[in-house]
Amino acid sequence: MEERIMIAGFGGQGVMAIGQILTYAGMIEDKNVSWLPSYGPEMRGGTANCGVIISNEPVGSPVVVNSTSAIIMNKPSLDKFEKFVNKGGKLFVNSSLIEAKSERDDIDVYYIPANEIANELGNSRVANMVMLGAYLEATKAIGMKSIEEGFVKVFGEERAHLLPINKEALKKGGEFVREQKKFLETKSY
Amino acid sequence: MRKVLMKGNEAIGAAAIEAGCKYFFGYPITPQSELPEYMARELPKIGGVFLQAESEIAAINMVYGAAGSGVRVMTSSSSPGMALKQEGISYMAGAELPCVIVNIMRGGPGLGGIQPSQTDYFQATRGGGNGDYRLVVLAPADVQELVDLIIEGFDIADQYRNPVMILGDGMIGQMMEPVEFKEPKKRDLPEKDWATTGTEGKRKPNIINSLYLAPEELEKHNIKLQAKYREIKEKEVKVQSYNIEDGDVVIAAYGTTSRIVKTAISQLEREGYKVGLIRPITLWPYPYEEFQKINDECKGILTVEMNNGQMIDDVKIAVEGKYPVYFYGRTGGMVPTPDEIVKKVKEIHGGEI
Repeated sequence: MEERIMIAGFGGQGVMAIGQILTYAGMIEDKNVSWLPSYGPEMRGGTANCGVIISNEPVGSPVVVNSTSAIIMNKPSLDKFEKFVNKGGKLFVNSSLIEAKSERDDIDVYYIPANEIANELGNSRVANMVMLGAYLEATKAIGMKSIEEGFVKVFGEERAHLLPINKEALKKGGEFVREQKKFLETKSY
Repeated sequence: MRKVLMKGNEAIGAAAIEAGCKYFFGYPITPQSELPEYMARELPKIGGVFLQAESEIAAINMVYGAAGSGVRVMTSSSSPGMALKQEGISYMAGAELPCVIVNIMRGGPGLGGIQPSQTDYFQATRGGGNGDYRLVVLAPADVQELVDLIIEGFDIADQYRNPVMILGDGMIGQMMEPVEFKEPKKRDLPEKDWATTGTEGKRKPNIINSLYLAPEELEKHNIKLQAKYREIKEKEVKVQSYNIEDGDVVIAAYGTTSRIVKTAISQLEREGYKVGLIRPITLWPYPYEEFQKINDECKGILTVEMNNGQMIDDVKIAVEGKYPVYFYGRTGGMVPTPDEIVKKVKEIHGGEI
């Protein structure tokens, strides 16, 4: 098993955070993991991304170029990373902010209105967790218990009280994917 | 101890503290600023000192002073900042002061950029400062090895009374990987009876200096230094090799670049190619002898670096003309992809270059 995940969006959408949670959770499950952020002379509202690798084998290059999955939170990131998803890979698009449809017909694309779902839950900041929930449901790469443990590791015990709403966001993202999965299963490449 | 997920730069700080380093003098520069930030937060908690100096030059001279008093001390910077520290580094090598210096390299020359590179290989291994001196240069490829080498680096520095340099790049500084803190192999470390700790009226003052005006004395001092460097060369070489007895092509790469090479090698093996790897962990002393173990039928050595070809000089020295030596590199903060390396290996394998 080797998951190579590109997570990208605007600064402030929590793309680094869900990458770290996923990485921590992979480590908890005794996988080999790495998390590599983009860094640079970035500004608020600029694009941010991180590449996460979760593998049974030691991680070679930590640079995620050809990804098995991509979690895309905004349009510029879709334009940049859509083409690098491996054939047969999975693309998760935040359809609340991205009107465009993917041009790829050789990958599974999930459209998740992450901001709307997060707003319904009462906290717009959990949109990233909705996307993460969608990813976890579609790939089954990591168990939910490890993700919850990873959340506390990344955000610290003092913010553990935010876990319930984040769990809810993960669940909603998952539910949304289950619906779309039924449709995708009828599709063949 | 349980594994924790840490960013390379923070892991350096944690490892240094684990090794008993209580003093850090530095000046911020991307892509290593999380390290001084970490030290600024953590050192006061253990009664240590973090000081942001007015410049890199001031910082390295503060390290000189602290090391002279016998404590474990560290500084860090990135390429252009490291260039500024060279005078102090040469003085420390001359005065035989132990310390650990971290260079998280970025693209150059000049102010360059802030993305990963390996353009300071010459500076680190040939000496950016004046005089016949050597640093022990350690090049970790992942965050665990980074932690291990920092901890061992302090011991090496103390054992030989010599500055040790950790040579990483922006990638290893910025990335997160699981780490655990392990005891290094026990070394017999000499008493620091040379340190300037105050005589209490009981002994003659210790003097720490790199100035020897009488040529006879300076030559004697240099002979002593060279004897020490010979001992380091005999005892401290570290290298990791893979399939060099069988590889049709052998790649030489260090640090994070070696990981990209490993991914390329897996790809090539799936296609039926036999490719070996020599990954120097110590860049000085360089593992020249390892190259003697490469099989006679090997078609060539490919050196892959994030620069325009610096370690390739050592590879050429190592193979003594026995194999053709090729180069592939990206610069300016561009990171080579496994596909690019695969293509180059196939060209060598097919006799196209």
